[in-house]
Amino acid sequence: MALSPETRIQLFQMQAAIRTAEEAIVRHYHEQEMRCPVHLCIGQEAVSAGACAAVLRSDYAISHHRSHGHYLGKGGNLNAMMAEIYGKATGCSGGKGGSMHLIDLDAGFLGAAPIVGSTIPIGLGAAFSAHLKKEDRVTLVFLGDGAMESGVVHESFNFAVLKKLPVVFVCENNLYSVNSPMHVRQSHVRRLVDIATGHGLPAADGDGNDAEAVYRLTKDATDRARRGDGPSFLEFSTYRWREHCGQNFDHPAGFRDEQEVVSWMERDPISIHRHALIDEKIAHPDELDRIYAAQEALAASAIEFAINSPFPDPNTAADHIYA
Amino acid sequence: MNRQISYAEALCEAQRQTLDADDQVIVIGLGVPDPKGIFNSTSGLQEEFGPDRVMDMPLSENAMTGVVIGAAMTGLRPVMTHQRVDFAMTAMEQIINQAAKWHYMFNGQHKVPIVVRMVVGRGWGQGPQHSQSLQSLFAHIPGLKVIMPTSAHDAKGMLISAIEDDNPVISLEHRWLYGIKDFVPEEPFRVPLGKARVMREGTDVTIVSLSYMTLEALSAAETLETRGVNAEVVDLRSLRPLDEQTILDSIKKTGRLIVADTTNKMYGASAEIAALATEKAFSSLRGAPVRIGSPEHPAPTSPALADQYYPRAPHIAAAVLEMLELPVDGLRFDPPEGRRLDQPNASFTGPF
Repeated sequence: MALSPETRIQLFQMQAAIRTAEEAIVRHYHEQEMRCPVHLCIGQEAVSAGACAAVLRSDYAISHHRSHGHYLGKGGNLNAMMAEIYGKATGCSGGKGGSMHLIDLDAGFLGAAPIVGSTIPIGLGAAFSAHLKKEDRVTLVFLGDGAMESGVVHESFNFAVLKKLPVVFVCENNLYSVNSPMHVRQSHVRRLVDIATGHGLPAADGDGNDAEAVYRLTKDATDRARRGDGPSFLEFSTYRWREHCGQNFDHPAGFRDEQEVVSWMERDPISIHRHALIDEKIAHPDELDRIYAAQEALAASAIEFAINSPFPDPNTAADHIYA
Repeated sequence: MNRQISYAEALCEAQRQTLDADDQVIVIGLGVPDPKGIFNSTSGLQEEFGPDRVMDMPLSENAMTGVVIGAAMTGLRPVMTHQRVDFAMTAMEQIINQAAKWHYMFNGQHKVPIVVRMVVGRGWGQGPQHSQSLQSLFAHIPGLKVIMPTSAHDAKGMLISAIEDDNPVISLEHRWLYGIKDFVPEEPFRVPLGKARVMREGTDVTIVSLSYMTLEALSAAETLETRGVNAEVVDLRSLRPLDEQTILDSIKKTGRLIVADTTNKMYGASAEIAALATEKAFSSLRGAPVRIGSPEHPAPTSPALADQYYPRAPHIAAAVLEMLELPVDGLRFDPPEGRRLDQPNASFTGPF
């Protein structure tokens, strides 16, 4: 499937949007004004951009603790995200949630929650609902390699296949769960895609640092779902550059091997994509630089919006316990 | 108006009428469409409404709770059933972290209108993992509503209210109530959640009881009547929201409080109600509140071990008499000759 030049440039733009937003968080986090944990996806932007570009705004997506990329990829409002991280009333959850509880229902981003594995069946429930109501709507469920160790994954895969639900499980394998590497958590003879196929769930894997590859695989999977052919599982290999939680690099402190980190940074998804667009004469370097700079400006402006926004009224802390 | 049906039939009728009234209602649970139909509380529903609205499910309580949460957030009103509350323990993550929180943590943007029905088992050797009465685990969590209807009338009226409620509602239904009949109107009606019910008016002591223990409390009140003690019995019906007013009004009238729970006492609903009385009606109390509950150990299996595990009407009556410094003698604590206490009455035989 050949991607149109417009789509290819959009993929670059979305990756730049995610990267620049998170780099802005990195620059300001030490100020201690974003008073909540942040789980950055710098290095993994291609999965968010590629998968979300393959679905419609009316489709659903749901995510976990590392959700900034998925939220922005799905079209979530940047200012509302930054304000939420700053705990402001203008935040997407009014300051009740923080970085780990992003939501933008207008963009079909159903929400995020940091108990690993737990949003998988909730996303599946949204797909079940669409299925029962016979809506033309696909749900993207984002998960990571860590969630593949949780029991709820198996329960969810079984139900998705049993009911042929319109859902695509998008698994980002970034090799680490918090600081624990794959080899201490999962048998090396166990491939993630085989877990899916063991449930009868069609599966494919691809390069998670190649936004176009992600787009193509996700598009195939969502097309299947829309045809009524049921769920799919996609595994994308990628890598988070920074620490599990926070703005720093963790290899200087010995959490990961420096050579490993460097080798993945040399495979920066944004650089790879930029060079492809230039080499294939899809875009001029200046145009891509302008796109990137525009995203940087939007990120800076979002930080400013967040800082200038009011805090929620303390008297509203008990609002919305019950509907 | 004079129709009597059982608790199980009342639950079934509530679901039938809400399925009929609202296309968004679905009923799901392991065994829902099977011939036993969750002890006859879902019988015939799949035949009437079809497999897309009334369905069985995989033995995956955790994921399936997540599925109904996601379905509820996107417009459905699922009613989920577990044949024992013990089975729902694998779903506690979804219930506590997710169902109870999504409305709050997204600042009101999501609603989670689910009902999770859970059956509380008792007797016939069901033992440590089929006999727990875990209402206080759920009632501790803001964001959940927790109900324990006692009568068939309230089983229907409260389940309809629960299904129509926009919040996650945990309904704990005592297995020993399923066969008991009551006057239940045929048309749909609602009993509000969060309202206790004064089952018997009295002036000398307030007995606040939950679920099956309300029947024991009413029996104790009859015994007490013969000894000149006039007990008021308040059936709690809802643990969260808690109807503080009805409880406090009763305590202010009687000056004495006994709480009879279906489970052990520590950190339980009986502790909460005793605390409520001491915090908000202390000056009305003429003595310390007394709690009635099972011992601080799991429910044993053998009838020889289980017969004395559950407090019954004589234990409640004795506690009241002691509180009033009246003689306790003459109360019968042992089972009648040849009878075990592991079934609600002679006609109610296991296995169940």
